[in-house]
Amino acid sequence: MRVYKLTFLLALVIFSLPVSAQSSSGSNMLSTSIIVVGIVLVIGLIVSLADNLMQIEAKKNNLDISKGQFTLFPSLSKWFGAKKPASIKDAPYHNLTKGFDVKIAGKASKEIAMGNAKTFAILPPNFNGMSPIPKVEVNVGDEVAAGDVLFYDKKREGINYVAPVSGEVIAVNRGAKRSIASVVILADKVIKHKQFATPDLSSVTRDDLIAFLKISGGLTLLNQRPFDVIPDDDVVPANIFVSTFDTAPLAPDYSFIAEDNAVAFQEGINVLNLLTDGKVYVGLDGRPGKVVSDTFKNVTNAEVHYFNGKHPAGNVGIQIHHIAPITTTSKVWTIGVQELISLGKLFLTGKYDAERTVAITGTSCANPKYVKTYVGANIGELIAGNVEGDNNRIISGDPLSGSKKSSEGFMDYRDDQVTIIEEGDEYELFGWLLPVSPRPSMSGTFPNALFSNFEFEPTTNTHGERRAFVMTGQYEKTLPMDIYPQHLMKAILTGDIEKMEGLGINELTEEDIAICEFVCTSKQPLQAILRDGLDMMQEQS
Amino acid sequence: MGLLDFIKKIEPDKKKSPFLHTLYDGFFTFAYAPNEVTKGGVHVKDGMDLKRTMITVVIAMQLCYVFGTYNIGHQHFNALGMYPGFLEGFNLKLAHGLIKLLPLFIVANVVGLGIEFWFAAKKGHGIEEGFLVSGALIPLIMPPDLPLWILAVAVAFAVIIGKEAFGGTGMNIWNVALLARVFVFFAYPTTMAGDQVWVSGFEEVAAGAAPYYGWAHNLFDSLFSWGGLDTFKAASSSVIVDGFTGATPLALAYQGGWEAVTDVYSTQAMWWGTIPGSIGETSKPFILIGVLILLLTRIASWRIMLSMFIGASLMALILNAWDATPFMSVPWYYQFWMGSFFFAMAFMATDPVTAASTNTGKWIYGFLIGFVGMIVRVLNPAYPEGWMLAILFMNTFAPLMDHYIIQSNITKRLKRA
Repeated sequence: MRVYKLTFLLALVIFSLPVSAQSSSGSNMLSTSIIVVGIVLVIGLIVSLADNLMQIEAKKNNLDISKGQFTLFPSLSKWFGAKKPASIKDAPYHNLTKGFDVKIAGKASKEIAMGNAKTFAILPPNFNGMSPIPKVEVNVGDEVAAGDVLFYDKKREGINYVAPVSGEVIAVNRGAKRSIASVVILADKVIKHKQFATPDLSSVTRDDLIAFLKISGGLTLLNQRPFDVIPDDDVVPANIFVSTFDTAPLAPDYSFIAEDNAVAFQEGINVLNLLTDGKVYVGLDGRPGKVVSDTFKNVTNAEVHYFNGKHPAGNVGIQIHHIAPITTTSKVWTIGVQELISLGKLFLTGKYDAERTVAITGTSCANPKYVKTYVGANIGELIAGNVEGDNNRIISGDPLSGSKKSSEGFMDYRDDQVTIIEEGDEYELFGWLLPVSPRPSMSGTFPNALFSNFEFEPTTNTHGERRAFVMTGQYEKTLPMDIYPQHLMKAILTGDIEKMEGLGINELTEEDIAICEFVCTSKQPLQAILRDGLDMMQEQS
Repeated sequence: MGLLDFIKKIEPDKKKSPFLHTLYDGFFTFAYAPNEVTKGGVHVKDGMDLKRTMITVVIAMQLCYVFGTYNIGHQHFNALGMYPGFLEGFNLKLAHGLIKLLPLFIVANVVGLGIEFWFAAKKGHGIEEGFLVSGALIPLIMPPDLPLWILAVAVAFAVIIGKEAFGGTGMNIWNVALLARVFVFFAYPTTMAGDQVWVSGFEEVAAGAAPYYGWAHNLFDSLFSWGGLDTFKAASSSVIVDGFTGATPLALAYQGGWEAVTDVYSTQAMWWGTIPGSIGETSKPFILIGVLILLLTRIASWRIMLSMFIGASLMALILNAWDATPFMSVPWYYQFWMGSFFFAMAFMATDPVTAASTNTGKWIYGFLIGFVGMIVRVLNPAYPEGWMLAILFMNTFAPLMDHYIIQSNITKRLKRA
């Protein structure tokens, strides 16, 4: 806002000068223009003083001044910004101008098939900050029901990590230094659920509710920011946020997935309301031409915010920043759409239902579609017969922030997307100058802007080598937050904790800056750097 | 991929001969985009890399090269009163320009890249592309007759002290190309200042002085006489015509204001660039085409360019209003007809490494360059042009601007708690 004011003033000064230069004759030009400049400055000063007084008065009356209603200076966004669509009546609308959509071919078609996965696993490394060797409560050969405890973190006893399906535990795999890599279950044909005694939402105390969530695995559906960790049971979150759309490349369409789950979704929202002293915020897709499911539109007990913009506008971290930013002392919780439905079902039926609709996508996917399965499905079984070519990368999650998996691997805990794209391990003659194949890029040196709807078929090639930070402003252009990512990264690299905190590391997780890593000319591993910084911060706190 | 196999076969051993390996790696990655795939983090990456960024800047200045080369020859024959039309004596002007420019280009790049390669081998990392642009810029901002050894010393100074001492590409504080120029400017002022240096091929630029031609000219002569074209031999008997001055418009404006400039050069000549000056900076339309390329590809910051223009205009207006010397009374818009404002704006001020890195910082940085540069140009008789000093000065302050902008962001965030 202040920048606009300054440029506005500056423009006034500049435009007034030639006028004065023309109107006066030769010798007394200096005095005339000084007078003109003086007058402009005085007027500007008076206006800006009045503007400030007005804002102070508004603040005294507890009015929200951030919306730009209490200012004498015209807001540029009011003139040039996108208009709020008529369909979004009174709900707050955030139009984010920064960001970048990576358009990739292989979007899942709107059909849901039954998934073929037979083995499922929960992977302890998925949970940030968990001790590497959690206490495993089951042995190989044990029969478990969905909702039975598999393991818990020794540092935070009582928070159960439960089985997504019923069946036989067939492996407890270990990684480096005897850490637990995965607990694998061979699923029954018909899933048996452990029956929980659910508390009555109208009368339950928060403590009892938390205790129930800890036992039933419900707490692990939630996520706590900063740091992206399983929530602490003694923390009362400032607010709880749900984003109901994903702008990442090839991401599943939650409006499609959650179509028939309105009751469970609403029940989940009701539970969230009991967990926070603040509000439950639901971020809705405000992009033009997008259909938003009634499940989300008609939600009650929550404040709905619409977001329009390119990726990462759908990331909950971006939405938090624009609704009610995380402060240095506050913690917030977030939850995904499918996790929220699971949470709702837990209270409606007393069963831990870890069913997920997963989008199988990507350029090397023969028939991109949705499949119904459970948390932690075996990827090889899930995509069997649906892959083209043999030199592919299989990703659990989206191509920007997902993780690489082998075909024997399992989906990560919170992922509901599998992406298969071709590996790019080939040399390319003058590839940096005259690329043979079209590739997604934010740069104007490619003619991509002319083909705005073209869907690319990118490979995993890095398209260049790692370099020191050279270009500036790229990250700022793609991250719709009031944050300086490049300076934050440099602060992390130099281990400057105070600066990291001041520059807003607590507001970020890997998925938020994935798009910055994508566009980075210097090919810097921003997500890895950020995780280092978050680990540093976590140790400090 | 027979070619690829062959090239892979001749790869030198990294341990035995690290310098050769670095050299090989530099050229190999130039020819072939590496087969590296993403590990962790994002799985697909933007097609843009530093090589492509740098080469786009080099492409943007190619027209300046073509025009600058020809203009060296044009100024030379203009002094002799021969071939007054721009395209007359085309072969001679081009040949003379090439004879002057090529050695400058080769020396600047051999010295600069040689030092870069050596440091890359010593530190064991790949060759970084920063010098691609610096090496292309340096010849364009030098006078055509600059002794090659001075250029070599200047480039070595700029690369070693200005860049490698700070850690290489991306770490330097001052613009490398300008550092080379400022070194020549202060260490060997007679080669860079005054009216003598901007027209090439003469011992002294004064009426009656004869041109001198070397072996390279003779080589071209034999080619030209075989082809039945005009030769340098015919020109060697001519002398500089009466009333010719090698002074640049800025020097003239300092003495006698806009009238003194237009007595010698037409506004058209100044706009198109058929005037004496540093090699690449005279032709405004061709620089503006480069600006257009940089802006369309969004490689250079439009914020810096625009604010620099605003800053220079504002200062010129203030000087117009002050009106104490003939130079101050030059109408503000004509200030852009003279000197190297556009070249500095397009290629020097926008260097992302040495400019301010925040968007607000870029506005301030560009504005102050324009503002200060115009002060140096008009008010200081010792320096005929202000952008070099203004940009280096603001390079120094860019981190400070960023610091305060970052700090205000931090304070804002901490206040929220």
